Amino acid sequence: MKNAIGVEIPEYIEGLGKLEPFQGVWKSIIEDEVPSTNISRTLKAKKPHVSKLCKNLEEAVKRCKPFDGMTVTCHHHLRGGDGVLMQTIKILDEMGIKDITLASSSLTSAHDGLVSYVEKGMITRIFTSGIRGALGDAISVGKLKYPAIIHSHGGRVRDFLTGRIKPDLSVLAASAADEEGNATGAHGPSAFGSMGYADIDARYSRNVIIVTDNLVEYPCVPCTVRQHFIDYVVKVDSIGDATKIASGTTRITNSPMDLRIARIAATVIEHSGLFKNGMSFQVGAGGASLAVAKFLREDMKRKNIIGSFMIGGVTSYGVDMLNEGLFHSIFDVQSFDAAVSSSVLNNPNHIEISCDQYANPNNCGSMTNKLDVVVLGALEVDVDFNVNVITGSSGEIRGASGGHSDTASGANLTVVVCPAFRGRLPIVKDRVHTVVTPGESVDVIVTERGVCVNPAKPNLAAKLKEAGVQVVDIRDLKEEVEKMTGVPAEKKLGDQIVGLVEYRDGTIIDVIYNVKNLS
Amino acid sequence: MLYIPGNNPAMIQQAGVYGCDAVLLDLEDAVALNQKDAARILVRNMLKTVNFYDTEVCVRVNNFHTPFGLTDLEEIVPLQPDNIRFPKTETVADVKEFMKEVRRIEKEHGIKNPTMTIHVMIETAKGVANVYDIAAADPRIDAITIGGQDLTADMGIIKTPDGVGIDYARKRIVMAGKANDLDVLDTIFADVNDDEGLREETEYIKKIGFAGKALINPRQVDVVHDVFNPTENEVRKAYRVYSEFIKNKKAGIGVFAIDGKMVDAPVVQRAITVLEYAKIDLKEIEKNAG
Repeated sequence: MKNAIGVEIPEYIEGLGKLEPFQGVWKSIIEDEVPSTNISRTLKAKKPHVSKLCKNLEEAVKRCKPFDGMTVTCHHHLRGGDGVLMQTIKILDEMGIKDITLASSSLTSAHDGLVSYVEKGMITRIFTSGIRGALGDAISVGKLKYPAIIHSHGGRVRDFLTGRIKPDLSVLAASAADEEGNATGAHGPSAFGSMGYADIDARYSRNVIIVTDNLVEYPCVPCTVRQHFIDYVVKVDSIGDATKIASGTTRITNSPMDLRIARIAATVIEHSGLFKNGMSFQVGAGGASLAVAKFLREDMKRKNIIGSFMIGGVTSYGVDMLNEGLFHSIFDVQSFDAAVSSSVLNNPNHIEISCDQYANPNNCGSMTNKLDVVVLGALEVDVDFNVNVITGSSGEIRGASGGHSDTASGANLTVVVCPAFRGRLPIVKDRVHTVVTPGESVDVIVTERGVCVNPAKPNLAAKLKEAGVQVVDIRDLKEEVEKMTGVPAEKKLGDQIVGLVEYRDGTIIDVIYNVKNLS
Repeated sequence: MLYIPGNNPAMIQQAGVYGCDAVLLDLEDAVALNQKDAARILVRNMLKTVNFYDTEVCVRVNNFHTPFGLTDLEEIVPLQPDNIRFPKTETVADVKEFMKEVRRIEKEHGIKNPTMTIHVMIETAKGVANVYDIAAADPRIDAITIGGQDLTADMGIIKTPDGVGIDYARKRIVMAGKANDLDVLDTIFADVNDDEGLREETEYIKKIGFAGKALINPRQVDVVHDVFNPTENEVRKAYRVYSEFIKNKKAGIGVFAIDGKMVDAPVVQRAITVLEYAKIDLKEIEKNAG
């Protein structure tokens, strides 16, 4: 069956079940109560004054009675420094547990070690928002038994609530916790900020273990994860590589090209009609997207604009803007650098939120639905404004869906920033290799060689032209770039489905086939 | 004006997207001796193929006293970039010799109405001493520029952040340029991470009469534009001055007042300069004032 963007979707995949094709950004979102099989919280009980403390993670995992075919989850708030997921999988493997579904909120370079567990069939299914490095390569060549499901951050919450992901064991790292499992990422030596993704696992998993390197006197205050969801608590020497967890302060890029793209993007925002008091804003953490914040900051000061809120992955740059009074508040689901933690802890206007509140399409108060402007990156874009943030130039899985499609669907203005070409490769294609965010939800693509406005937004195009922005037809831009780079040869892919891109509403928007040769 | 080494294809192909007014594709100091031929061939080919959009393109050739100068001209002049820069100009004779070759090459290639203009670069004490004559040496010269690095080296001094060592040269070159109705462009600011220093220096050179500045990194473009671009208030004021000037001129009045302040010819001239920087069409104002 074909979905709304013309991708052939299988109706059923062994090990994953029946699939629904993507129908459009809002087509399958039903307002008010959604008729579905909702999952209730697991009934649990403990007798009075029974300690939850375990002497080590192994004991805690054993007490959760792991079994073959179980679903295990972790969060990715420790970024590239995470040491907890690998410890958990190693323990389960040593116990002989097989056929595991891994449903970590995202997977980073810290999880390259999972490849061997995938190869021997200990891990057979993966649900996640991002896969990189050696694991991405292994899945791309077909080593995972069933196709990996790439969901959005909001889609993950939805998957928990509908039972598509049924976590049996969640092992959640915290930078401070007490003996009952009240836990936080906002203080302690390994502070990493918000625990917005982990909060969902704590609420909906059958067994929850808090792992911390900093067991504090009861009660742990302030805390994010609350004790009544927690089964066991483990004090460990280390939750990972502190230098990669607390990765310092995010810096604005020095790349002249990224800065140029960012400058143009900020000009687009300024003349979009949304640049006014009360504006809400989200920006990514890297390259050109974060640099947009630098220029927006200058423009806001110049024009005396005071915004309402920023959301999303939060950088120290965003915190600076909050402290300067440029925004009233920050809603923080994930903190990108160490400097943010103290703001989460000390600033009442820096509000930690769960991923449910951030981006779940099936609740009544998703923050992404209140968003005015979001600036997002891209690996590739196409003439229909579709965006790929998951597969690389060889077709390999190497990126993250994250909140890309969530924020694009909700924002009044979705700005995608990317260079017109990288090295010898054009970035504007006839069709992106993998659609993560549909063009229907993308308003503007900003490159150094011109700004492309979605034809569905003629008024926006007119406003930008009037302001002197160099607006170009996306097909003309593609042609201009191809004159310099040539047209790359079609990728030769296999016929094995190795990944499915799940749109935030649970439908399938694209299919990833295996890469034959990965150099 | 952004300097781009002539042997860097990645930078040249992106030269038109940084928002600077002009780029200088450099065959001279930015290129090592063993790269001179490669740079010349690359710049020649890039001039034919790269889209520089609205950015003016200047090529800095090597001086005639090197083995590369004439070969550079033979390759570049036929392509007629917007301008060609003659480095280390010291005398009128230098200009004459240079222009003789330029015209010969143009003639040999059948270029009857050449569009390319000439920038002369003053980089030695001798050049500074002769600058008034150099500026007037050929009608195709439309800009004059100071090379601070070579000039301080020639003078045996260190270039300091306050620029005191080249201050006299800067002012003398400005005067020579203004006397001949040329654009006068300032030297580079070497510390690409010091935006505040760049801003300070740019504010100073603007005050003493330079029309622009050489840049070595695209990150410097916004700072320089920010200094040179008139503010919204300045543009409004200039618009009003010019508009009133046109109305009064029609009534035969040369000097008039706005908000109690006298407006005479120099004030009008300054208003025109502001409006030109802001790229506002004077004819539109004349039409509206009429």
